[in-house]
Amino acid sequence: MSDARSTQTLPSASPVTSSARATRLRFAAFWGLPPLVWQLAFFVVPLGFLVAMTFWSVKSFRLTPDATLANWTFILNAGFFRNAYVYTFWLAGLTALLASLIAFPAAYTLAFRLQPATRRFLVFMLVVPFFTSYPVRIYSTQIFFSPQGIINAALHPLGLGPISVLNSPTGTVIGYLVLTLPLVVLLQTFALMNVPKTLIEAAHNLGCGRLRTILTVIVPSARIGLVVAATFAFVLAFGDYVAPLYLGGSKPPTLSILIADQVKSGNHWPRASVVAVIMILTLVAVMSTMLALAYGRRGAKP
Amino acid sequence: MNEFDDKITDFRALLHPLNRRRFMQGASALAGAAAIGASAVPETAYAQDKVLNLLCWPGHGDPAFVKPFEEKYGCKVVAKEYVGGEPMLALMNQSPPGTFDVVLADAEYIGMLAQSSLIDKMDPADYPLADYWPEFQKFGPHWVNESLYSVLIRFGYLGIAYRTDVLSEKDVESYKVLWDDKLKGKLGFFDWYLPTMGCLSLYDGNKAPFDISAEAFDKLKKTLFSLKPQASGFYSMADQFSMLTNGTAAAIPGVGDWVVLLLQKNGVPVSATVPKEGGIQWTESMSIVSSSTKKDLAKAFIQYASSPEGQARSAILPSYWASIPNKKGWDLLIKDHPAEAKALRHTFDARNVMDEYKDGRIHIRQTPVKQSIEEWNDVWSEFKSM
Repeated sequence: MSDARSTQTLPSASPVTSSARATRLRFAAFWGLPPLVWQLAFFVVPLGFLVAMTFWSVKSFRLTPDATLANWTFILNAGFFRNAYVYTFWLAGLTALLASLIAFPAAYTLAFRLQPATRRFLVFMLVVPFFTSYPVRIYSTQIFFSPQGIINAALHPLGLGPISVLNSPTGTVIGYLVLTLPLVVLLQTFALMNVPKTLIEAAHNLGCGRLRTILTVIVPSARIGLVVAATFAFVLAFGDYVAPLYLGGSKPPTLSILIADQVKSGNHWPRASVVAVIMILTLVAVMSTMLALAYGRRGAKP
Repeated sequence: MNEFDDKITDFRALLHPLNRRRFMQGASALAGAAAIGASAVPETAYAQDKVLNLLCWPGHGDPAFVKPFEEKYGCKVVAKEYVGGEPMLALMNQSPPGTFDVVLADAEYIGMLAQSSLIDKMDPADYPLADYWPEFQKFGPHWVNESLYSVLIRFGYLGIAYRTDVLSEKDVESYKVLWDDKLKGKLGFFDWYLPTMGCLSLYDGNKAPFDISAEAFDKLKKTLFSLKPQASGFYSMADQFSMLTNGTAAAIPGVGDWVVLLLQKNGVPVSATVPKEGGIQWTESMSIVSSSTKKDLAKAFIQYASSPEGQARSAILPSYWASIPNKKGWDLLIKDHPAEAKALRHTFDARNVMDEYKDGRIHIRQTPVKQSIEEWNDVWSEFKSM
C-alpha cells in the first residue's frame, strides 16, 4: 500500500506505474469480462454457427455439414422471399413512423406539461405492459378485434363497423404498435426531458411560437433520442413473429414467419439461416444509417 | 490525482477478495454441488424407467386417454407434440437415440420411417387387428415388404369445414364453392401444404391426388394460386378453432370432422363435408421406435391404444375427435357415450363413416409421389406470400 502511495508523488518510477496500470486493467477486466464472455458465448459463437449453417444441406430431413451455396441462391431467387422482404421492411418502417408520430404528443405532455409526481406515475404505467408477456397481450388483442369482439360490440350501437382487422396487414401493424409504442413513448419522453429548458425559454423570449419552438428547437435538440426510439421500433417490428402470425394471420408472411416455415416444412434450417443472416445484415445497415442520421452533422440551416 | 488514485485503491480492496485461492474455493464448492446433484441421478433414472416417451400430434398425452394405462403400469406418459408430418420426421431423425419410445404418425410417413430403420417391425398377433373393420385389418401403408410397422389408432376424412350460417349443405357439394363470392376474404387455410393441396388436386380431377404428372402439378399450382383473393389467413391448429368460431374464416378446405366436432359440441354453427370430387383420409397410427429401451412398455401402450377402451377414449380426445377402426371400440363408445358416437357417425343402425368409406370417394393421404415434398412445400410458401 505504501508503495502505491509513493508512486503518486513519483510518476516516473516506471515499474510501480505499470503495476498501477495492471491494477486498473484488472479492474476493467473484472467488471468488463463477464458481459463480454456472455456475449461471446451466447451471441458471437451462435452467430458464427448461424452463418456456417447457411452453407449446409439437408438430406432426408437430416442436417448435413456442407459447403454449398444452394441455400443462398434458392432464397435470393425465391419470389416469396423477395415479397416477404419488401413487405416486412415496409411494415417495420411504417410502424417506426406511426409509433414516433403517435408517441410524440404523449411524450411532449409527459416531459413538459406535467408535475414530476404525475409524470413518474405515468412513466410507471408505461412500464406496466411489460409485466405481461407479449404473446399473451397479442392473444388478448386478437380477442378485442375478433368480429364479435369487444371493439365491434362497442362500435355497433354507434352504428359503426363491424371493422375487420384480423388477418390483415392492419392487424399486424396494430400488433407491432402494441409491442413498440410504450417503449417509444418512454424513449421519447427521456429524450425530450433532456432538452435544456433554457433553450426553450430563450425561444419563447425571442417571440418564437409554440409549434415553431417544437419544430426548430425541441425536435432538433432531442434528435438523437427520437431517432433511437424510431430505430428501436423498427428493429423490434422487423423481427417480430407473434403479431404477424396471430393478428396478421400470416397473410402475407413476414420474414420471421418465413424462417419458421422453412424449418417447419422441411427441417430446412440452412435456408432459415440464410433468411436470418439477411435480416441481421439489414438491421445492421438500418441501425448504422439511423445512427449516422442521429449523430451526423446537422445541415447548416438558417 | 490523489483523489482518483484513492478511489482506485478502494476498488482494489473490492477486487482482492476474489484472488486465485478464493476462486478455487468457489469452484470446488460448485463442483461439490454438482457432485451432490450427480448423486441424485439414480433416483431420476429410476423415474425415467417408468416414463413412456410419446411423439405425437397435440393431445395424445391427455390424461383422458392415457390415465388408465398409467395406472395399470405405474408409469407416466410424456408426450412431445408436433404439427405436420415433416416436423415429426425432423424430430425422429435428429433426436438422440432413446428419446422416444412410441411415435404416433400419419400413414404416409410410415414407409419413410421404416426405410430409415427408425421404427420396428411388429407382430400382428400382438394387436387386436381382427376386431378392426375389414378395410383396416391389413391397411396398405402400414405394411412394408409384408411386415407390419404401425397399428392404426384413429382416422378421419378431409374435405371442407364451413360455417352453416354462411354456406348451405348444397353450397358445399363441390369444391367449386371455395371460389364463391360469399367466401371472398373468408376462406381460411390450415397451414400445411399436404391436406389442402390434396383436396384441390381432387377438384382438378386427379384420380390419385398425390400421384400426379408435371402438367397436373402445374395445373394444381394454378388452381391453388387462384384461391388467393379468397384467403383470410393461414392458421395453426388452435387458430382454426378460434377463427371458425369468431367467423373470420367461413370455410377451411383440407380439414374435416376433427376441427368441427368439438366446436359443434360448444354450439358453434359449423359442419364438415366431403364434396362430390372426393375427400382425403388422414390416419394416425402408432409404431415402436427402434432406439427405444422400453419396447415392452411401448408395445403395451400400443396394445392399450388399439383395445376397445383405448379406442373409445381416443375417439373423443379433448384436443380433437376422430374415427376409430376397432369395431369393439365402437360398441364401447355407443354404450358409454351415445351422443358422441352419433356425432362421430359411429353407429351401426344409420349411415356411418364406414359407409362413406365404401362409397370410394375417400383417398388415402400420401406424400407427393412424382414430385418431392420440397417442391410441394415451395408452392405452398409461394402461395402464402402472394
